Amino acid sequence: MLQIYCPHCQELRSEEEFSCGGEAHIARPLAPETLTDEEWGDYLFFRKNPRGIHHEMWYHVTGCRRYFNATRNTVTYEILETYKVGTQPSIVGEGV
Amino acid sequence: MKRYSGFSLLKNALSYHENWQKVWRSPKPKKEYDVIVVGGGGHGLATAYYLAKVHGITNVAVVEKGYLGGGNTARNTTIIRSNYLWDEAAQLYELSLKLWEGLSKELNYNVMFSQRGVLNLGHNLQDMRDIERRVNANRLNGIDGEVVTPERVKEIAPLINISRDSRYPILGASWQPRGGTARHDAVAWGYARGADALGVDMIQQTEVTGIRRKDGAVIGVETTNGFIGARKVACVTAGSSGVVAAMAGLRLPVESRPLQALVSEPVKPCLDTVVMSNAVHGYISQSDKGDLVIGAGVDSYNGYGQRGSFNVIEHTVQAICELFPAFSRVQMNRQWGGIVDTCPDACPIISKTSVDGLYFNCGWGTGGFKATPGSGFVFADTVANDRPHPLAEAFNIGRFNSGALIDEHGAAGVAH
Amino acid sequence: MKQLNRLPNAGRTNPDQNINFTFNGKAYQGVMGDTLASALLANGVDVVGRSFKYSRPRGIVGHGAEEPNGIIQLGSGAATVPNLKVTQVELYEGLEASSVNGWPTINFDLMGIMGWFGRLMPPGFYYKTFMYPQKLWMTYEHFIRKAAGLGKTPVEADPDVYDKLNQHCDVLVVGAGPAGLVAAREAAEAGARVIIADEQSEFGGSLLASTQILNGVSASQWVADMVEQLKRYNNVQQLPRSTVFGYYDHNFLTILEKRTDHLGLSAGKGQRVRQRLHRVRAKQVVLATGAFERPLVFAHNDIPGVMQASSVSTYVNRYGVAPGSKLILATTNDNAYQTAIDWHTAGRDVVAVVDSRQSPNGELVEQVRALGIQIAVGHGVIEAKGGKRVRAAMVAPLNESGSAITGEVKRLPCDLIATSGGWSAAIHLSSHTGAKPVWDESIVSFRPGDSKQQECSVGACNGTFGLRDGLIEGATAGAKAAQLAGFGLGAVQFSPVELVELTQEPQQALFLVPHSRPPSRAPSQFVDLQLDVSAGGIELAVREGFESVEHVKRYTALGFGTDQGKLGNINGMAILANALNQSISETGTTIFRPSYTPTTFGAIAGRDVGELFDPERYTSAHRWHVEQGAKFEDVGQWKRPWYFPKVNETLDQAVNRECLAVRNSVGILDASTLGKIDIQGPDAAEFITRMYTNSYLKLAAGKCRYGVMLKEDGMIFDDGVCACLSENHYLMFTTTGGAAGVLAWLELWQQTEWPELQVYFTSVTDHWATATVTGPNARKVVAKVCQDIDLTPDQFGFMDWRDGTVAGVAARVFRISFTGELSFEINVPANYGRYVWEALIEAGKEFDITPYGTETMHVLRAEKGFIIVGQDTDGSMTPADMNMDWIVGKNKAFSFIGQRSLSRSDTLRDNRKQLVGLKTIDPNIVLPEGAQIVSDPKQPIPMSMQGHVTSSYYSANMGHSIALAVVKGGLNRLGDTVYCPAADGATVPAQIVSSVFYDPKGERQNV
Repeated sequence: MLQIYCPHCQELRSEEEFSCGGEAHIARPLAPETLTDEEWGDYLFFRKNPRGIHHEMWYHVTGCRRYFNATRNTVTYEILETYKVGTQPSIVGEGV
Repeated sequence: MKRYSGFSLLKNALSYHENWQKVWRSPKPKKEYDVIVVGGGGHGLATAYYLAKVHGITNVAVVEKGYLGGGNTARNTTIIRSNYLWDEAAQLYELSLKLWEGLSKELNYNVMFSQRGVLNLGHNLQDMRDIERRVNANRLNGIDGEVVTPERVKEIAPLINISRDSRYPILGASWQPRGGTARHDAVAWGYARGADALGVDMIQQTEVTGIRRKDGAVIGVETTNGFIGARKVACVTAGSSGVVAAMAGLRLPVESRPLQALVSEPVKPCLDTVVMSNAVHGYISQSDKGDLVIGAGVDSYNGYGQRGSFNVIEHTVQAICELFPAFSRVQMNRQWGGIVDTCPDACPIISKTSVDGLYFNCGWGTGGFKATPGSGFVFADTVANDRPHPLAEAFNIGRFNSGALIDEHGAAGVAH
Repeated sequence: MKQLNRLPNAGRTNPDQNINFTFNGKAYQGVMGDTLASALLANGVDVVGRSFKYSRPRGIVGHGAEEPNGIIQLGSGAATVPNLKVTQVELYEGLEASSVNGWPTINFDLMGIMGWFGRLMPPGFYYKTFMYPQKLWMTYEHFIRKAAGLGKTPVEADPDVYDKLNQHCDVLVVGAGPAGLVAAREAAEAGARVIIADEQSEFGGSLLASTQILNGVSASQWVADMVEQLKRYNNVQQLPRSTVFGYYDHNFLTILEKRTDHLGLSAGKGQRVRQRLHRVRAKQVVLATGAFERPLVFAHNDIPGVMQASSVSTYVNRYGVAPGSKLILATTNDNAYQTAIDWHTAGRDVVAVVDSRQSPNGELVEQVRALGIQIAVGHGVIEAKGGKRVRAAMVAPLNESGSAITGEVKRLPCDLIATSGGWSAAIHLSSHTGAKPVWDESIVSFRPGDSKQQECSVGACNGTFGLRDGLIEGATAGAKAAQLAGFGLGAVQFSPVELVELTQEPQQALFLVPHSRPPSRAPSQFVDLQLDVSAGGIELAVREGFESVEHVKRYTALGFGTDQGKLGNINGMAILANALNQSISETGTTIFRPSYTPTTFGAIAGRDVGELFDPERYTSAHRWHVEQGAKFEDVGQWKRPWYFPKVNETLDQAVNRECLAVRNSVGILDASTLGKIDIQGPDAAEFITRMYTNSYLKLAAGKCRYGVMLKEDGMIFDDGVCACLSENHYLMFTTTGGAAGVLAWLELWQQTEWPELQVYFTSVTDHWATATVTGPNARKVVAKVCQDIDLTPDQFGFMDWRDGTVAGVAARVFRISFTGELSFEINVPANYGRYVWEALIEAGKEFDITPYGTETMHVLRAEKGFIIVGQDTDGSMTPADMNMDWIVGKNKAFSFIGQRSLSRSDTLRDNRKQLVGLKTIDPNIVLPEGAQIVSDPKQPIPMSMQGHVTSSYYSANMGHSIALAVVKGGLNRLGDTVYCPAADGATVPAQIVSSVFYDPKGERQNV
């Protein structure tokens, strides 16, 4: 069971307080109407799903109710960092 | 292939079982194959078997990074049913169920398909509307099923709690008598033995590390044991689909998540059917060995670790104790996790890709085991003819762009 | 009653305190401090069960978690427990136990006949037969199932209670043997918060059965001193009878503490907690879980009277029980010689020590020699003889590697064969973390792999089998763990324990003692006793092509028992490696998963069952509804009144009455469960407009608007009214079930996509109670209790809201309507909910105001064609599908959530399912909700389904049944007849009509 550091609360809390929001850093297209079905479908559904370093959103749902991002290894489940939305991760890896 | 039978068992017993034939050969890979199936799980082995059996394509290799049937085939809770809501899914799973019904005979291998029936419980009025809708759809699709009362549920599974005072009382259920369970390992081994006898090579302990392409078409796979040429490559790598797709520069609408399961210690027969509940999330059956086999939920995060978080186990065990208060004193023997590739609409992808000669069969989520024969059958047909089998058409990857999803989330009960 | 095998030196038991118990219906006596195993052995009970597959008689082999044979059913009735191990059940007065297999009795077992057919049942035999005809498999299976399984599950609800404790600590020490005890002491001394847990009833581990002297005192005394010392630290929590059964990610461990089991079944009487699950997050973990002695595998090594050498010593030294009289000790190592000494000291006869090594001369060996005990060096016990008890051992000389017999086989009479093939480190918990065990040839054992968590292994579980080394390792690790957790400098504080340890010579790796015949022909050489897996079976699996260790385990079932192969796994792997001509490392590793030992489901569930399975949510007027005899419906966690039956009324009768009352006079509904989100901020209107399909930019204060929310895939996800309370301040209503999801959805978009928008959300669902007064007389009722709002239509119109006072309570009143009638939704602070509700009931008396529930609400809205998200939609429906194109803003500046998806090729497709009304040709037939719709009732199966009925009721107001349905291209098929084939074979024809049945112009709500 994961233990997650909430960058807003600045505390290490148990996974049960959080829910995972999936891949982070997927920006909503600014002009959706100009996209083809292909491009729009990619935005909606297609994900990196790497084995290794993954940047993902977490929601401190029974805590501060704020979203933040985590860099987590999807094999070891080690959380390498958490950081606020709008900032960039300091750890980037080419997970496959 | 030497056939198995009671007689062969007797004969071999007389020679101290020293003369049994190997279930499959362990050949060195050839230089090139007509088709390479990547992934030696149940679906991959079934694909290879039907390529050889139905389509006469026998120059086939199954390349497996570990051992045959060692992925989700070895880790699931073995439930089989076909009572899916949407026509497309129902027809595919029903094809599968029909194949299950003759599979032991077909393979000359007892896969112990046991039609002990499947109950999907309803706990609120909307559950019951959904059950009614699904059972009606099943019936008109030629799939057996009925809506049953709590009292009938109790007859089928006597230890279940149908008290109206439960937190979420059982209001009824759908009942598919033809559903049931099978012996998971036997399915992989039976298909492997059958495919091997038809000439398919089982290449174990060999991991595919790349998909070699030339002019937009597949020419073979790179492996930990060197390059193997192939005109067609069929990927059936549940739990690693995204990773394999990336080798060909493709992305999939798939996320890989831990799915957990657990078994109790073996107890004398006490549950003669499969019971599934969506609202009180848990599902349970009893194996021939006597274990209560219990499926838990999918973890909320992506993971390749074949393990999940303990709170998921806790929630599931709570649900089981709620449904079967007598099981509270039974003990959990073992728990484990598998990796499931989940699609946004809880339906699989059985599809050609933008790369010529490259095919994908993935995204079965939590429902793959029951589909093993049907999945292999339609995928083999798709690969052999380079066009989707009619029952696979709706499961093309393009649906995520057109929007023609087959949403089994809503009304299909727990999608296991 | 005489306890034949009880020694005068009683070990740690109290011989003065007799305890009565029964086993298989026969009365026995044990003493205080016994386990059921030691008590049975004291009474000379040889056979405790029958084996799983061949029904062979089996006796007790071990003394702890490793026991494969002594599986029993404890007690009877609701509190019975299946599958406990006799070695782990503490004896209590009145204990009743019975064997789980054996029919009619374990001593005369008809299933034993199976044993004769054993040769017909090699591993995997069931895959090879029972295939034809496939239909008959279910019949075969019925008998297989009956024969399988161990104990019986209770059939009644569990009378006991369980709970959970969440704990945090700096250092968790698992195992209170010598290494664990000193580790805990060092960590405690450094100031760390320590939990030390051990599965046994008392701390001490192997020392409880040891004759070793430590610091000049007996092992028992040393343990007692240590426990006392630890007690003096208030930063140490000692947990005996507590098994750490799982090690999960991020140093989360689970401990099962058995609190009343040693006192008897259901000793807590449903009041005291039977078992407690500790959910521990530890900064550092020290694993000191010891090791399991490895049995020797030889022919018929399963006959009762073949035991673990260390277990024999444990029974003698700890329990004062000698399980036999004439011992043969078979060993590959010096260590086990202690058993010969212990047996000799107990005054019993050691027939011989049979050592596979050619010239053992260690100090312990010499001690045994000095006692005059015969030692057969370079020999092995190749076969046990006997039926329900060992009568003799067949002993033969072995070659140097132990792989072949080199001479004559001799028969040595005996009634006990103690065996030791060395020790296997108990690496289970480190294995749970994903650390891959590593085979170490020098100790003939796996060692824990590289740590994946903040943990270290010490002592025997780390492959450090010597006591002195284990103590040093434990102390060092304890200090280090404390330091890593932030306490102390990592230096050991206590002086080393003084003890004299004999030097030992190298052991021999021997996993299968050869027989004069090969494993395929020799009498079964059992590897996994519980599942009857033999060396021959493993070799057969290999012969058949199963070469991976996982295949072999699965094919033979090796290690799948309730002992999880604690005794058999290593021998099995080694036999496999040998058959494959590989080393053990090449063959693979062994992976353990939770649970370390079986764990009660009830404890895992804890208190979260029954009424606490999920919280129940009530509205503030709930008690009133209960008092009125309302029936309730579960909607999410809420209990909502479903209908309010009068005496003897059925659901239909009540609903018809309620429906008519609303349309003809006035009704009242508790709508408090609707989700309510308070939205504020300068960008609130812009934000809300992005979330709904329609625009809120021009919604004035005092006005309300109905909105539909889509997911980004264009499918309807929630709906409700949104009111502008004042500039930059809105109140959003959601569906009851969707409230939490909508709030999370709003937060997601604001926080992750548009943080530049200044807008804030607060859930106020529980802050407000809502009473909906609806019907032609609604205004008159409200007017009686509300004087400060001008209720006249031109001052307070449809889709307006007003602040005011209702029954003296500050209220927000909304003129929104889900019934199609004149409606006032009165919101008051929740604490006043019941008071205002009763005031409205009182005010409505003269109009016969009728409380109604969700069922009537559903009927009334269906008469109006209003959808319920989640009932008429299913996650695959767009607004256009619901015939609600009118709510989709086509010219919004910002592409609202889901908008782009509405123009995908599939969402633009003709022939999508669309919401329509259905009117049955026979007006009295109510279509079942969920009925499927076809165009041609005579079409053979599979039929082409056109859609389904989403909502269906008898409408008392219309005088006929009504239904809503989604039908392919339905909006272009008004007037067509379609058919609903029912389960009984009947087909109900119905006509496609408008989905609005009542007051199509919407005049009644707008008055």
